[in-house]
Amino acid sequence: MIEVHDLTKRYGEKVAVDHLSFTVEPGRVTGFLGPNGAGKSTTMRLILGLDHPTSGTATINGRQYRDLPQPLHTVGALLEAKSVHPGRSARNHLLFLAQSQGLPSSRVDEVLGLVGLRDVASKRMGGFSLGMGQRLGIAAALLGDPQVLLLDEPVNGLDPEGVLWIRNLMKQLAADGRTILVSSHLMNEMAVTADHLIVIGRGKLITESTTEEVIARSTDKSVRVRTPDAERLAGLITAAGGKATPGAATNGENATGNGAPVLTVTGMEAARVGEIAASASIVLHELTPMASLEDAYMELTSGSLEFGEHLPEPAKATQGSA
Amino acid sequence: MTTTTPVTPARVPSVPSAGYRVGFGHLMVSEWTKIRSVRSTAWTLILFVVITIGFTALFSWLTVANWNGPHAGSRDANIVTDPVGFVLGAGLGLGQLTLCVLGVLVITTEYSTGVIRASLLAVPRRLWMLAAKCLVFAVLLLLISEVVVFGSFFIGSAILHSHVPVSLSDHNVTRAVLGAGLYLTVLGLFSLGIGGIIRHTAGAVTTAIGVVFVLPILSGLLPNSWGAHVNGYLPEQAGTLIGQAHPPSGGNVLSAWQGFGVFCLWAAVLLAIAAYMLNKRDA
Repeated sequence: MIEVHDLTKRYGEKVAVDHLSFTVEPGRVTGFLGPNGAGKSTTMRLILGLDHPTSGTATINGRQYRDLPQPLHTVGALLEAKSVHPGRSARNHLLFLAQSQGLPSSRVDEVLGLVGLRDVASKRMGGFSLGMGQRLGIAAALLGDPQVLLLDEPVNGLDPEGVLWIRNLMKQLAADGRTILVSSHLMNEMAVTADHLIVIGRGKLITESTTEEVIARSTDKSVRVRTPDAERLAGLITAAGGKATPGAATNGENATGNGAPVLTVTGMEAARVGEIAASASIVLHELTPMASLEDAYMELTSGSLEFGEHLPEPAKATQGSA
Repeated sequence: MTTTTPVTPARVPSVPSAGYRVGFGHLMVSEWTKIRSVRSTAWTLILFVVITIGFTALFSWLTVANWNGPHAGSRDANIVTDPVGFVLGAGLGLGQLTLCVLGVLVITTEYSTGVIRASLLAVPRRLWMLAAKCLVFAVLLLLISEVVVFGSFFIGSAILHSHVPVSLSDHNVTRAVLGAGLYLTVLGLFSLGIGGIIRHTAGAVTTAIGVVFVLPILSGLLPNSWGAHVNGYLPEQAGTLIGQAHPPSGGNVLSAWQGFGVFCLWAAVLLAIAAYMLNKRDA
């Protein structure tokens, strides 16, 4: 269990984490959401004892990180920023970590096998792809068979197969009764992975609830419609007070495809769209309510975006970026 | 990805809790793995051996070739007074540079690559991590340095033998050779301290080399008695006294062991500052 109580971190004038309190329970995947610069990575670094809080406390199973007798056996962490020497082999990286905990070196080969890096274990890590780097980070996090896992953007740079793998891994680890805190900017990913959500903006807690509840609270729902007669339907929807835009609203996995053109309808329930289509004898190939977590999330965090009108900043690999 | 992985992960094999707090021995083994598993360690140490022994041989040979040459009078006299100091000083003067670089790299690469985060997650008691790193590095340097200084001494003294015979049984000679190895070991820790404070490789290397090579030159510009005293307490000046069997009289304000003590104090102060900052700063 992770308990964060009234945690605050200032970097000079800038408040990165602002009196944040939340609890991460074992046995489920807890998603940690927030726009860039919201303080997600900083909060994780504070929990992990890498940064010192200005005030407040963060404990893991009731202890501060630095007081854990065998830290990697209690907590596994995958940080967003790189933390490997490009000239060192993957095996040696994991080996020095294992040795520091008194773990046997056989454990290194076990986790390398687990993440599918055994074949490149003796290669220098400088040549690793982003995805291989993430897998290595997962291996390091699982090295000590920890009860608590903190994963900062774990699906970053992974191919679809890798994303699915991480998703299943997190679910399996949670089913084992472990405590999982995972941050991600991919809201749709969270919708299918996380059971519980902690949403923050500008270092403050916005909401802490189950994923279903956060989605249900979303008010600005959209409906995806696929029809050969898109133009006529769009006209009817507009006439009925809705708003129809051609194309998919999000780049979600099912948003593209062959066949009929897609309309994204807002300001109208899916049922109403269906009725309009039926009354005009328009054939629908698809009618999907798109109450996505992304919508809910944008709504929750609007007004707390660090960068306002500007383009979102690319995630920085250095400290204190998110 | 060059590897394929089943989409459903294998179950995470469990590890029994060791049930004990991680010990200092574990940390030392871990630090040794870190040091030996990067190429820069091997490369700088190879350079150290080649430069030190190579220049010892070269300078000794040039000296012998020009013995009693036109401008060699006072030089020859100094060599006769302290042959071991000459032999060791010739190669080490340059060779020590590589150890400054290695001492800095051992800690700054953790920051430049981000490994420090992995290290501190594994060992959140930061001072223990630093202590283990220093101790492992010191043992490594002591072993290699002693081998190199004894090697240098035997090669240099063999070349000089026809003009100035010198052996380990001569007064203070064994102390000087062993002491030169000690000096190099502490120099590595001194550089590690600078690296820990500055955290950036280029800045720390420049600082370490500046302190070791440039400060003595600057202090030489100070007015007479001032210069001698300031100079005598500078790290390199104080530390290298132990590598001389018969220091030229007059200029020295410290004895060999006093000088070594002063040098150790320099290193200790720098490491203490580095330790304080490691604890205090965000990683």
